[in-house]
Formats: sequence, structure tokens, C-alpha cells
Amino acid sequence: MDNYLNKTYIILDRELKGYFRTPLASIFLLVFLALSSGMTFFLGRFFERDQADLTAFFSWHPWLFLVLMPAIGMRLWAEERRSGTIELLITLPVTNTQLVVGKFLASWIFTLIALILTMPIWITVNYLGEPDNHVILISYFGSWLMAGAFLALTSCLSALTKNQVIAFIISSISGFVLIMAGFNLVLSAVRSWSPNWITETISSMSFLSHFSRIQMGVFDLSTLVFFVSMIILCLWINVQLVQVKKAD
Amino acid sequence: MSDKLINATNLKKSFDQFIAVDNIDLSVSRGEVVGFLGPNGAGKSTTMKMLTGFLEPDNGKIFINNINLKSDPLKAKEYIGYLPEGAPSYSDMIVADFLSFIGKMRGLNDNSLTNRLEEMANQINLKEMWNRPIETLSKGFKRRVGIAQALIHDPDILILDEPTDGLDPNQKHEMRNLIKRISTNKAIVISTHILEEVEAVCSRAVIISNGKLLANDTPKNLENKFLNKNTLSIKVSNKINNVFSKEIKSLLKYDDVKIQKTDISTHTLLVSDSKKNPNLNIVLKQISKLKLDVIEANFQKVSLEEIFRTITSENNSK
Repeated sequence: MDNYLNKTYIILDRELKGYFRTPLASIFLLVFLALSSGMTFFLGRFFERDQADLTAFFSWHPWLFLVLMPAIGMRLWAEERRSGTIELLITLPVTNTQLVVGKFLASWIFTLIALILTMPIWITVNYLGEPDNHVILISYFGSWLMAGAFLALTSCLSALTKNQVIAFIISSISGFVLIMAGFNLVLSAVRSWSPNWITETISSMSFLSHFSRIQMGVFDLSTLVFFVSMIILCLWINVQLVQVKKAD
Repeated sequence: MSDKLINATNLKKSFDQFIAVDNIDLSVSRGEVVGFLGPNGAGKSTTMKMLTGFLEPDNGKIFINNINLKSDPLKAKEYIGYLPEGAPSYSDMIVADFLSFIGKMRGLNDNSLTNRLEEMANQINLKEMWNRPIETLSKGFKRRVGIAQALIHDPDILILDEPTDGLDPNQKHEMRNLIKRISTNKAIVISTHILEEVEAVCSRAVIISNGKLLANDTPKNLENKFLNKNTLSIKVSNKINNVFSKEIKSLLKYDDVKIQKTDISTHTLLVSDSKKNPNLNIVLKQISKLKLDVIEANFQKVSLEEIFRTITSENNSK
């Protein structure tokens, strides 16, 4: 078991450092901070709202992640397949699950770093008023969990192609569908021909409705189960895709 | 228990309708260097990918050091060092970090990793490039990094897919010397379409074409098998003019006698006959009457290249 975790950690370590070896990490972090604070202050009208909370900050996260998570995750497998290094990885004494999990965790930790860097906004709101820090903490955790689901989806889809741009586009489109799943736009297209339970299931998969509950400070088990099982399902499909597509 | 480090039987692999590898058997013992020869697309790389566990065969069994690759892939892969075609590596990493990553993944602890890294830097001449990003290295150095990652855990089995492809003649020579140096206690399989490479480093040549194994023998035996017994070649250190040439031809009672100038001072007599093989002793006795100084006499040798062309073109025409 130790050995199993150790090798997953070595993969994670290499991937995580990989983000910082190129300008990718600094560009991403800059864009993330600029967009998240820009959206909070200009689109979310943080000051005009005159409320000591971070709703204006968190409510934009699903839309921000829709673009930024595919940007982090698109290279995970597409690049390995393009450069042929997938052949090195698969012939090492590790399982595909270790590889998939190690790579995913690296990207998830990178996102955690990005989220931690937004903490000055938390400090600001505490300086300006008396926010419910419990709700903010839950929102941070929920946001990270949602980012994980986006990343797992991207990782899985990036195993389908050798082209990072294609991986980015299909991940963004799939992410959009998952965000919008609770909206009439998606539901009305399904409702006319499918039984009720399918509509209900699709509606319950909406990232947006799960995340809006979290923002209100409601973190129930169903939300946790939803995001965690979403991550596990995507990674499981990821492992299968790596196996099937490795030699294409 | 078998002393074969690689023992593969009835390997078969198809991609859709295309049969890439068709019932190939291959076994390699410690100390052997097997040269995998074949035209492009013959199935060399596919076979190697199966031996290293990258691809699963549709049929057949592979035992690595008596471990079934299918049932215990993690254990079996520990014994193998592999250089995939084109020597892929993480180009944004520096050489030291990349080798250290592979070493750790191969299960080396801190102490042995430090030792092995040092050995690799010296043995494979990577010292001056040690802290350079791989993407800035020349093709030759990238190939060396590829070899170093395959050797980092000092594996019993080494599988190298076209290790000298794209290298200049000096680098090729170095790479062959390296392979020779490390071959004593390992089982090595190298694929190549350069025949001189097989002659230079391999103890056995395996020729495949269209996914089928066509020959599996030492380069020497292959040459003997395909030795052209019909043509006797005699090199003499005499100058032969037209008159002398006619005299020789009339003396030797064979269908076809050719006299070629080899260089300034030597000529070669090529003696053949459609009905019977020329007899070396008789021919030598006959030409001694003419006071010719014989330097070398043998049946004409065919190069491995000719054997390769004969075998693979026969298979294609079938």
C-alpha cells in the first residue's frame, strides 16, 4: 500500500512541479486572480451590494471554472499521447489508476493554490464588516470540490485526443452542459421525449444548483456525494480511456 | 523454470483488419543481444510494445524472467528497461530531474538513486548536459537520455527501439560500443533497419516482415546459409592484361570466368558454372601453373543486407 501511494505521489509531484516549470502557472494564477476579482468588483458589484459576504465572489466561480479548469487539465493526457511519453509511463511498474489519480490530484492541488491566493478578499471582507466566516469556508471548500469535478471531467476528455485545443473545447462544452443541466434550456430539450426520471436525474446533475446551495452555507450530504461521485466516475472512465486509446 | 529472460510464444496482434504481428515466437537469454530486423511497418515496434507490456497481445504468452506479463504486469515490468521509438521524454524537465523521476518510479531508494544517477552521468556521458532542459539538447543527447532512463534501474532486460536512428556516424559508433559494454549480463533486444548494426553488436538476428518471423539465427549462420556456393572468388596480387586474361579463361574449364580489377595491384577472379560448383582445390592448382599469387580464395560472401533483401522480398512475393 505504501509503495502504491508512494508512486502516486511521485507522479503528482512531477505534474505539480510541471505547472511551475513553464510560464503556464504564473499566467494561469494571474488570469485567475484578475478574473475572479474583476468579476467580484465589477460584475458582482461587491461594494454596491453593501453586504459583508462573498456571494459576489463565489457566484462567478462556476463560469470562471468553465474556462479555466479545461485550461489546466487539457494537457494532462493529450500531451502525453502527442509526445509519446505515454509509452514511458505505461511501461513503468505502475497501474493506470495510479497515473490517472496522481495527475488529477496535481491539477486539483494547483487549483487549491489558486484559491488560497484569493484569500486577501476574505481578509478584506472581514476588515470591512462581520461576515459569516463559516459560510465563506464552506463556499471555499465547495468551490474547490466543484473545481475537482471540472478537472476530473477535463482529464477524462483529454485522454480522447492528442490535441490540447480539442481537449479544451470538448471539456468546456461538456462543462457548460453540466452547469446548465438544471436550467430550462437543457431540460426542455429532454422533457418532451424522455420519462420524468431522466429529466429529474439530469436536473439533479446541475453544478449550478449544487453550488448555489453551498454558497448559502448549506452543505448537505447529497452535494458532497454528487461532486465526489462525479470525480470518481470521470476518473474511472479516464482509466478506461487511457487503456483503450494509449496506442492510437 | 527457464533460463530465458524473455520467452514469448505465438504472439499475435491485429489492428482492425491489419495483422501487425502474426504468430511470432521469441526467446532471449542473458548475455544475448538480439537484433530485430525488418522493413518499416514489419511489426518490430508492435512486438516490442507487447514485450514491454505497453500493448496486450491478442494471442500468445509472454514470460519476463519466468513471470507471466499478463497476470503480474507490475512485477514483470520491473525487470525491463525500455527505450520507445523516437526516445520520448518530458522536454521541459532538466536531464537530472527526468532521470531521477524515472528512477523513483522504478522503485530506487534515495541512496541507490544517487549512485545510479552518478553512474549514468559518467557511463552515458551526460555530465555536461546534466542541468540542461531536455528540449535544448541535440538529437544525440536526447537519445542518450532515453538510454539512461532505460538503464537507470540496471534492468536485466533492455528493449531498445531503434536506438541509433537519426544519430550521426560517430554517435552511432558510441551507442553501439555502449550496447556492447552493457550486454554481458543482460538480455538485450534492439530493433533496427541498419544491417551493419546487427553485424556489429548482435549475437543473433531475427528478421521479420509483414508480421511474420522469417529468420532467427546468428549473423554468421545466416551468412553461411546464404553463402553463394556457385561463385568462387579468388583475389590475386598480379596485374592482368587482356592477353593474360584470355589465357586464364581458357585454362579454367568453367562456364563463366570473370576477371575484375579490385585495386591498382590486385585482381579478383570470379569463377562459376551452371552445371557444377567449381572445386576450390582444382582451380587453385590450375592457376598455380600460371604463377598467380593468390591472396584470398573463398566462395563469394553475401552481405546480411542481401540476405535481408532476399528473405523479405521472397515473403512479399508470396
